[in-house]
Amino acid sequence: MPTTAPALSLPPLISTLIAPLPKTPMEVLLTRFTRRLVARRPELLQRLGAVVKVPIAIVPDDMPHAFLLSLDNDKSSVEICDKDQITRAKAVVRAPFLVLLGLLDGTYDADALFFTRDLKIEGRTEHVLALRNTLEEADLTPGEFFGLSGRPAQWMNGFSGTLLDKAKRLAGNGSRNANSMEQDGQR
Amino acid sequence: MSKEEKQMELVCPAGTPAALRAAADAGADAIYCGFANETNARNFPGLNFSPTELADGVAYAHAKGAKVLVAINTFARAGSIGLWRQAVDDAAACNADAIIAADLAVLEHAAEKHPDRRLHLSVQAAANSPEAIRFYSDTFGVKRVVLPRVFSVPEIAALNREIDVETEVFVFGGLCVMTEGRCSLSSYATGKSPNLTGVCSPPDHVDYREDNAGRLLAQLGGFTIDSFEKNTPAGYPTLCKGQFSAEGRTGYLFEDPVSLNAFELLEDLAKAGVTALKIEGRQRGKAYIAGVVSGFRRAVDGLATGTDAGPAIAALKTFSEGGRQTSGSYKKTWR
Ligand code: SF4
Repeated sequence: MPTTAPALSLPPLISTLIAPLPKTPMEVLLTRFTRRLVARRPELLQRLGAVVKVPIAIVPDDMPHAFLLSLDNDKSSVEICDKDQITRAKAVVRAPFLVLLGLLDGTYDADALFFTRDLKIEGRTEHVLALRNTLEEADLTPGEFFGLSGRPAQWMNGFSGTLLDKAKRLAGNGSRNANSMEQDGQR
Repeated sequence: MSKEEKQMELVCPAGTPAALRAAADAGADAIYCGFANETNARNFPGLNFSPTELADGVAYAHAKGAKVLVAINTFARAGSIGLWRQAVDDAAACNADAIIAADLAVLEHAAEKHPDRRLHLSVQAAANSPEAIRFYSDTFGVKRVVLPRVFSVPEIAALNREIDVETEVFVFGGLCVMTEGRCSLSSYATGKSPNLTGVCSPPDHVDYREDNAGRLLAQLGGFTIDSFEKNTPAGYPTLCKGQFSAEGRTGYLFEDPVSLNAFELLEDLAKAGVTALKIEGRQRGKAYIAGVVSGFRRAVDGLATGTDAGPAIAALKTFSEGGRQTSGSYKKTWR
């Protein structure tokens, strides 16, 4: 039985275009917004429990780099590194980029993707579960991540939704998971 | 109106406040959840409710016309009973509609201190005879019993004829094949079991490895419980769903990695006098909750209106472990 990952993978051209871009500005931005989110919503760290400070690697299969995420009050950080530089991570989550984004906002079900092998986890499973459950609760729309509210948040969510739809179409978007959830209007 | 004529209640899981809202929005009649400690049998990292979150959740659910049932369903540890008593008091203070318990001390505390609060008997109590069920209803005023997943539909009908309390049965989600509350398999590999610590095959003992052939090895407490060939559906290493070697044969000794789906038996369950249908999965995400609850909402309503919920239920297959489903013991063919 084929997995759904290839259908949701971005074309290799995107990876080639992204690879030479400088990582530092992106790292600084992601780190700053992550720290702000954690400061705004302290209950998220509480939910994370023992996983606070634990580095977790998020590896988009179809991107050239990996993200090393560590959540810890004002010391939270997001590092962008090569995929072979994640040995520090206590747990690793691997999936195509669009699948990872869909997990962030709760569009996709992490367990279902794991059962169909579209999502892979390595290392300490309990850390991945705690992070997954915390993200579920965070209801992390792009507007929420960037600390926006009201109209600007609506605009940002609408804009990124359109962008994501285009990216999904580009990726073929033929996966069983995407189909079954979206046709049913379960988003 | 007789027991048989009433529309069955849809009881849905919530591991987080976001999941509770998703369940209420998708049409749950009741939502069950628990506190973030050993008092509930889904004590997973990052899951469950603080008392403040529960109070907010109850208010949200009530505004949507749904009830909230709080599972305080592990067995109280000697010397630490205070934690379980506190959980019962907190649930009552949060205005929860019912408490789901299994332990005699917890039931006694709830019945004594909160006599107006409905008491449901957890599946963890493994009450599977009219005598046992009558004991709980006579002694503690239990109003509903959640039946272990070991009965066939005719057995449920026979049981319902002999008892006065309501019955609730699982219709979708992970399968626990033993008479619940009496399985210690998980303890042998990890030292933790659902009865005492609230987790079966706990994630802090789970490891996934891929071998050179791309096979996924699912391990629990250092034991390889199952392996899945490249590009085939995988499962969680729940101990009873692993492959074992016995008498020269290797295979699924207790249970295949499949999930329960009793959709096709809903009408029979209604005729058998069942009051409530339970969806398993407090450890699952919002997408699962929204999908499964709305599918079963359509199915339950369809019993009265004649609308076919088949396609909506068929779409739920991707949520199932191993991508496979079974109607479990309800349709026992091996007896
Ligand atoms: S090992 Fe299986 S039968 Fe035993 S408690 Fe866990 S799920 Fe239930």
